[in-house]
Amino acid sequence: MTRVAGPALLLAPARSYAEHQTIWGALPRLGPRQLVDLVGAAGLTGRGGAAFPTARKLAAVAAGSNAVVVANGAEGEPASRKDRTLLHTAPHLVLDGLQLAARATGATSAYVYAPEDTMRAVVAAAIAERRDAVPVAIVFAPDTFLAGEESAVVSAIERRPALPRTTPPRVFEKGVQGRPTLVQNVESLAQIALIAYRGPEEFRRGGTDAEPGPRLVTITGAVAAPGVYEVPGGSSLGDLLYRAGGLSEPIQALLVGGFHGGWVPLDKHAARLTLSRTDLAPYDAAPGAGVIVAQPARTCGLVTSAQIVSYLAGQGARQCGPCRNGLPTLASTMGALAAATPSRGLDVEVQRVAALVERRGACHHPAGTVRLIRSTLRTFTAEVGRHLTGYCSVRPELRRAS
Amino acid sequence: MSEQLQIDWTACDGRGGCAELLPELLTLDEWGYPLTASASGSIDVPDHLVAHARTAVRDCPLMALRLLRT
Repeated sequence: MTRVAGPALLLAPARSYAEHQTIWGALPRLGPRQLVDLVGAAGLTGRGGAAFPTARKLAAVAAGSNAVVVANGAEGEPASRKDRTLLHTAPHLVLDGLQLAARATGATSAYVYAPEDTMRAVVAAAIAERRDAVPVAIVFAPDTFLAGEESAVVSAIERRPALPRTTPPRVFEKGVQGRPTLVQNVESLAQIALIAYRGPEEFRRGGTDAEPGPRLVTITGAVAAPGVYEVPGGSSLGDLLYRAGGLSEPIQALLVGGFHGGWVPLDKHAARLTLSRTDLAPYDAAPGAGVIVAQPARTCGLVTSAQIVSYLAGQGARQCGPCRNGLPTLASTMGALAAATPSRGLDVEVQRVAALVERRGACHHPAGTVRLIRSTLRTFTAEVGRHLTGYCSVRPELRRAS
Repeated sequence: MSEQLQIDWTACDGRGGCAELLPELLTLDEWGYPLTASASGSIDVPDHLVAHARTAVRDCPLMALRLLRT
């Protein structure tokens, strides 16, 4: 069912605290237990990529004492712009959510973690306008892919390099200064505020039963109006492309979930697939952080994928041997495959090295990279076959006379 | 209740002592890092190897190993 997009909620612009209060009214005074229950009733899942049930996360941190809450706006995924847009458009909704999360978890310290330019442009001024119960400090997030990983966030707040740490313990048990720490995406916090202001039922009505609530998506690539959109949860991929102005040229696939995501090939079913766990699972993709890139038909999917893998290899933390060695190997092998170097076994070699790295390392980076690689080989199987014989269907100059 | 061998990947430097002490559980990959046959990545240590696992934990020069009771 196509849902008509309602008026913007998350992206209702509020340039000042006064304007914000005109839109939303006074922040409801809810107790910690009430807040967790409301978020649970709403069915909110995290908007940073992992989609973990937010109420469970709040409860886990609340079970400890002297907690810390962090608004994570690092947005290391290059194809995502929603967190930046949200912070520029409605910083107070995020900051309300941060205070509510602090109340829900009994936190006595709060941080916003976001890129320096967004902090200087919007966040610092917004914080200064408020008189929050839990004081909020700011920490600049570096412009790296891994900067938003939750243990990297904790490291950065402790004034160490923003690199992932070995777990256990997870940050909800022991994070900043050894304290239970809630690291929550800025959109998730805005959603918590929305739920507090409007209630779980109205929140749920913003989406489907399986994917309740509105959400932000970033749609780029071969669309007429690339950008960030607020859409109903469970929207179809066709709806999303329509919101982004429709296609600007024919496409062959959508990359869903960013650089650690999966390809959805454009067949007759694709437009009706919804941005939901169930519909995307067969493609080893997920709604995640709502990142969608439309891949033009005139480009080679293997070339694009090899470029992504090369980027990911360069963005590793270099802390863990298998990843530090394996990802550059995967990048060069994918590069050779993309270049249509006639060879036997490049695809087999990719799978071999992928299996070596995927479960070995401190963080999810190698596993996410392997997911993207495997999805590429599955989705562009025919093209892989052509490339192994020295032929590329979209680059005729590479054609060899057979 | 069983013991699980955990590798701190950020500390491991591929010295390889652990694979020598626990050849039943560990080999080394082409870059010198410990590799387990288990698909899940977690290394369950059977009772008869626990003593050897403790030695590996103690002797790792980077203190990159830990034995966890699960």
